[in-house]
Amino acid sequence: MYVAVKGGERAIENAHAWLAEERRGDTGVAELDIAQIREQLSLSVNRVMAEGSLYDQDLAALAIKQARGDLIEAIFLIRAYRTTLPRFGCSEAVDTGAMACDRRISATFKDVPGGQVLGPTFDYTHRLLDFKLAADGEVPPAPEREATTAPVPHVTGFLNREGLIEEAPQDDTPPPDLTREPLEMPAERPLRLQALTRADEGFTLSLAYSTQRGYGRNHAFVGELRIGTVPVEMEIPELGFAIEIGEISLTECETVNQFTGSKSEPPQFTRGYGLVFGQTERKAISMALVDRALRWKELGEDDAGAPAQDAEFVLYHCDNIQATGFLEHIKLPHYVDFQSELELVRKLRREAGADQSHAGGTS
Amino acid sequence: MTGDSYNFAYLDEQTKRMIRRAILKGLAVPGYQVPFASREMPMPYGWGTGGVQVSAAVLTPEDRFKVIDQGADDTTNAVSIRSFFQRTAGVETTTATEEATVIQTRHRIPEAPLGEGQILVYQVPIPEPLRFLEPRESETRKMHSLEEYGLMHVKLYEDISRHGHIATSYAYPVKVEARYVMDPSPIPKFDNPKLNDCPAIQLFGAGREQRIYALPPYTRVTSLDFEDHPFEATKADHPCGLCGAGDSYLDEVIVDDAGGRMFVCSDTDYCESRQRQSHRGKDAA
Amino acid sequence: MQTQTLEGGFTAPAEQAAHAFRSVMEAMARPGTIHDIAGAEPPAPLSRAAGAVLLTLCDTDTPLYLAGALDCEAVRAWVSFHTGAPLTGPQSCMFALGNWDALAPLDAYPVGTSEYPDRSATLIVETPELAAEGVTLKGPGIKDSAALSLPETAAFQANAALFPLGLDFIFTSGARIAALPRSTEVL
Repeated sequence: MYVAVKGGERAIENAHAWLAEERRGDTGVAELDIAQIREQLSLSVNRVMAEGSLYDQDLAALAIKQARGDLIEAIFLIRAYRTTLPRFGCSEAVDTGAMACDRRISATFKDVPGGQVLGPTFDYTHRLLDFKLAADGEVPPAPEREATTAPVPHVTGFLNREGLIEEAPQDDTPPPDLTREPLEMPAERPLRLQALTRADEGFTLSLAYSTQRGYGRNHAFVGELRIGTVPVEMEIPELGFAIEIGEISLTECETVNQFTGSKSEPPQFTRGYGLVFGQTERKAISMALVDRALRWKELGEDDAGAPAQDAEFVLYHCDNIQATGFLEHIKLPHYVDFQSELELVRKLRREAGADQSHAGGTS
Repeated sequence: MTGDSYNFAYLDEQTKRMIRRAILKGLAVPGYQVPFASREMPMPYGWGTGGVQVSAAVLTPEDRFKVIDQGADDTTNAVSIRSFFQRTAGVETTTATEEATVIQTRHRIPEAPLGEGQILVYQVPIPEPLRFLEPRESETRKMHSLEEYGLMHVKLYEDISRHGHIATSYAYPVKVEARYVMDPSPIPKFDNPKLNDCPAIQLFGAGREQRIYALPPYTRVTSLDFEDHPFEATKADHPCGLCGAGDSYLDEVIVDDAGGRMFVCSDTDYCESRQRQSHRGKDAA
Repeated sequence: MQTQTLEGGFTAPAEQAAHAFRSVMEAMARPGTIHDIAGAEPPAPLSRAAGAVLLTLCDTDTPLYLAGALDCEAVRAWVSFHTGAPLTGPQSCMFALGNWDALAPLDAYPVGTSEYPDRSATLIVETPELAAEGVTLKGPGIKDSAALSLPETAAFQANAALFPLGLDFIFTSGARIAALPRSTEVL
């Protein structure tokens, strides 16, 4: 005797309870607190802020804790929270030229005004598991020196003085906002950059890598990578002038790309641009390469048919919250559609004389 | 999450206004997909975020809300969406099709005929009927604007020449008021005739793809076909094992290790109300 | 600022807007049917129905054109305070509001593009009377045929001929509304 399955509500509640228990893990082990995640898993926090499009370290840390360390799940929590927040206005454009840099390197010049500053980087660590860390993570303070107050000008500015690199004119047109307007093709560069800065790090990385291997190759040098803090200012209409409302940490990457010139432009270097919340340099560099690849049309380059050149492909598939939702939805019941396919295949097989069994046997 | 900390029906008023404007344009141009700035919802894309946003924009506190997935009120995602609106909108819920004023559905149209006081909200994964023929939005938009649907007919006709039938059994494309080709969402083609001349308002929401479209009541909706191969609404050739209905769409359920199976109504409310009226199928206790 | 500017908005915005929208949606989905709409107490000469429609659909994202007598200080101030809708001319509006004569000529308004027919204006027409009689309507939303007291016929026939482009109309009178989308055939 068949009885239809009931009790979805109870099943969901029980699943949630079990999930919460698994999240906590062994209660004999001390519980993580938000400050620990914020301070000690800061690169996870940065990624969640960047792809969640919300700059708040404590909320990102909370999301990571709630998501059991699944960063895409944490990003999803942040995005869903973010949409419920009222929008008060938009800030002035941040001045990354005035950034207080923790890290600043250029691959195109041996030395530049402001200097090469390695900062807290994994770059030259030998990737040897540090077993000492398993027992004791306390470290002596790193050496310090007086912070320089000298300006740290953008490296691409030097090339610009010689006219060797394309102009990047200031433009005060309010940028579009894909969180408030449906994505529409063709997408101009500001919209593409917004999509890319929120884009999945893995997807952006792989696309950038594909351009290096020849799928839309654009010969990128890291003209400059800088990480540090900038003040955020906002004009308050009631006051009539801009005031500082806070400080955020950013990673900015400007690539210098070869360009042989076109019918209208002399040979010169071109730019790719990446700007991402927090210390997120893999993402920022990837973003710059993909940005540059997407600019083929405005620069009069050939469409090589490469994935990274295809704005519609990149923009419609770079958002991991959209992607994971749709991918995972195939877990949901589809038996109505499957049944209709089943009937069709049976019918076609019957007509082709292929089906030996009886399609309609019942218990 | 507590109901109190969020606005009625979760969405803020500005978002609802944006969705409401899209719904009105959708009703004014039946079958045309209106772009809207879909919001990130607290459930994943692909799990009904479009339907949820449309429901949130149309619900009033007095509504009686029904949610079905695969025709059933008790599938987990239907349960989850129903409890979301119970919590955030405080609306009364029901499983009875006749009693519901707003019905959100995934993959089915209820068997009981819908009436004038009702709104049917479909969850739509891929709103673009031409997407599987042409992946680019920029191209498909052009095709709709030029009413250029030849590619779709070619695809359907290739099926016929290869298989003797159109090999599309769900999400079967329709034409609305002889103008727009529309994806009816992944309902089985058995349900397609119910789209036509329906007294209820039908709204379609695709969250991830940021589209809303609509069928006003009594809109002419025809399934694409050919004179020599007319459209046929098909289902498993059995009566329901529980209620004996011969006119309802059926799920096939495997009941034992020997591969024995039975067929039961996919619309649980329809099946249960028939059983309450003492209709019995051959597998009923 | 006048007190009448500050008053007359929805007192329970989420619920009242939900009810008002259902009236608008039913009207648009079923051309020719007339619905009550409540919740707004706007200053004269704006009707309560038109006020409720504005509160339900307009905000800072919807440029609004006020035509004729409705383009007055009382209405402008009330609309700005309660909706924030930027005021604009007919060519760039998403919504227009006025008496039928003041709204003319219709070719001044955006009718959408062939790729985006939704990018067209919705005209909110203040009408002295609203009755289910007059010209015959056919089309989506209408079982066999319906009737509505339209201010004229030819303009709506011309608009319907543009389908899928065209304007959509919401008629307001006192506390009642009806609607006429571009899809409706006017006989």
